[in-house]
Amino acid sequence: MALTPDDVSRIAHLARLQLSAPEQAKMLAQLNGFFSIVEQMGAVDTSGVEPLYTPLSAVQTVELRLREDVVTESDQRERNQVNAPAVEAGLFLVPRVIE
Amino acid sequence: MSALPIEHRGVGELAQGLAAGEFSSVEVTTALLSQLQKHQHLGAVLATNAEASLAQARAADQRRANGAATVLTGVPLAHKDIFATDFITSGMATTAGSKMLAGYRSPFDATVVARLGNGKSHGESHGDEDSAAAPGAGMVTLAKLNCDEFAMGSANENSAFGAVKNPWDLARVPGGSSGGSAAAVAARLVPAATGTDTGGSIRQPASFCGVTGIKPTYGVCSRYGMVAFASSLDQAGPMARSAADCALLLSAMSGFDVRDATSAERPAQDFHAQMLTARAGANAARPLLGLRVGLPKEFFPAALTNDVHGAVHAALAELEKLGASLVDVSLPRTELCIPVYYIIAPAEASSNLGRFDGVKFGHRTAAPVDLLDMYKRTRAEGFGPEVKRRIMIGTYVLSHGYYDAYYVQAQKLRRMIADDFQACFAHCDVIAGPVAPTVAWALGEQADDPLRAYLADIFTLPASLAGLPGMSVPAGFGNGGMPVGLQLIGNYFQEGTLLHTAHALQLASDWHLAVPKGF
Repeated sequence: MALTPDDVSRIAHLARLQLSAPEQAKMLAQLNGFFSIVEQMGAVDTSGVEPLYTPLSAVQTVELRLREDVVTESDQRERNQVNAPAVEAGLFLVPRVIE
Repeated sequence: MSALPIEHRGVGELAQGLAAGEFSSVEVTTALLSQLQKHQHLGAVLATNAEASLAQARAADQRRANGAATVLTGVPLAHKDIFATDFITSGMATTAGSKMLAGYRSPFDATVVARLGNGKSHGESHGDEDSAAAPGAGMVTLAKLNCDEFAMGSANENSAFGAVKNPWDLARVPGGSSGGSAAAVAARLVPAATGTDTGGSIRQPASFCGVTGIKPTYGVCSRYGMVAFASSLDQAGPMARSAADCALLLSAMSGFDVRDATSAERPAQDFHAQMLTARAGANAARPLLGLRVGLPKEFFPAALTNDVHGAVHAALAELEKLGASLVDVSLPRTELCIPVYYIIAPAEASSNLGRFDGVKFGHRTAAPVDLLDMYKRTRAEGFGPEVKRRIMIGTYVLSHGYYDAYYVQAQKLRRMIADDFQACFAHCDVIAGPVAPTVAWALGEQADDPLRAYLADIFTLPASLAGLPGMSVPAGFGNGGMPVGLQLIGNYFQEGTLLHTAHALQLASDWHLAVPKGF
């Protein structure tokens, strides 16, 4: 089942990517090229197989580590905000959200 | 030996010279900085800061004078620009090869960078809990090296800052995504470099540039401070001129880190000692006696180019001479690894790259009309075509209605692929085959054909999906005099076996010693 131009628009919106018309057309062709090799995956019977979300769980139990809920970082606000596109009084600025 | 110029010495040789007082770290650093300067045309280097590097070299010389040096103290290396380097101490930006992060000033060092360097991963203070707070190895950071944008690519042509040239033939690609690392090591600009490997990004450029590289077991090196691509696959590793040099580096850069949720909890490893440990029953003439090397028939398809086939078989014949026995095994789902990987990695990437929204760091579009417009145009301007393609694939396979058919199915197949490896390891100790189906291709040749590039990853993807350690070891030359790599894959945490095997091969052969003309 090939993707349509509408699919590409919908996915680009979900991904928050603005694509120009030529980019969309190229993307459509390339994604359909890729998904042509994906179809063989569907032919394999995987019933009863557990997904392998993290590789070491192939051979051992991997437990999610939790840490104590305590402050471990020092205040680095200035160094963290030096990379921000727009900052004022220690706050990140974004376009107006609420009119 | 004393006549050997600084740039032709590997990590071990520089370490010996420093320990013997033959030269200082400042002298080595100065010599290598001028090498980097001289060969800028390769495009391998994204940033240097002579002042910062020399300050680190002086500190290393002081540390040695104080009797507190490690074996690596004062030896310089360079980092793939996917590793965060503290902007204050390194004086270098961290860009991940992306316009999105151009000029990014990291407030901290990646754990790998800290462990190889001065040990501090967080600017000023740390709690006792900080596992990276121990003194680092004291190596000197010389440069940040070019790579594919967010490590997505296998030719280093996806960098926003230009392609890297292969030192063996300047009209060819160095491989990717750690292409700058491989090219810089091959061209003798640096004795060693860090790399990262998600689907082959250490092994394939190592193969294309004739250097030695190891991707350890998933979880051996901390991912903290590595710009994230696909978190369940990303793994750091060293690239150098020999297995022995890689072993020294891997010992220093690896180990448990509380800051990485999937870091493997195990004691520190001395990979160099493991590399040197003789196999039970082996002898000097036949150091690999008893080693069973599995050859998956899927890694030697009829379509494999003759030159790669010939070089790999010559290396396998060497392993046999050294006492190893070759056994036939099978990894029946090798071809399936391509769609499985190119579903899982983009899915994780699309999630990881969601953070690039133009708010807290990175590029922001000019004069956005509202928040949505800011997101969409920021990301359209900041990301290159390959990154956009992978975000699109990932967003699609995780979207409602497609998640089970694509993403979950791929993760189930991933387990079957990992199980296939375990079936092989019942019959062999290491698996061997080519790293890539061909030698390095021409610059521009595959730039507009992403699918063709994906297909060329076929031999590196299986170990990545399973999380197994893999190496590329120089195995001679193929078409156009280009290097060919032998891939060795071990079972989980068997880096020592891989390094021992590669080291034995390198003691008996000289493929890894070849230097590209003009360097």
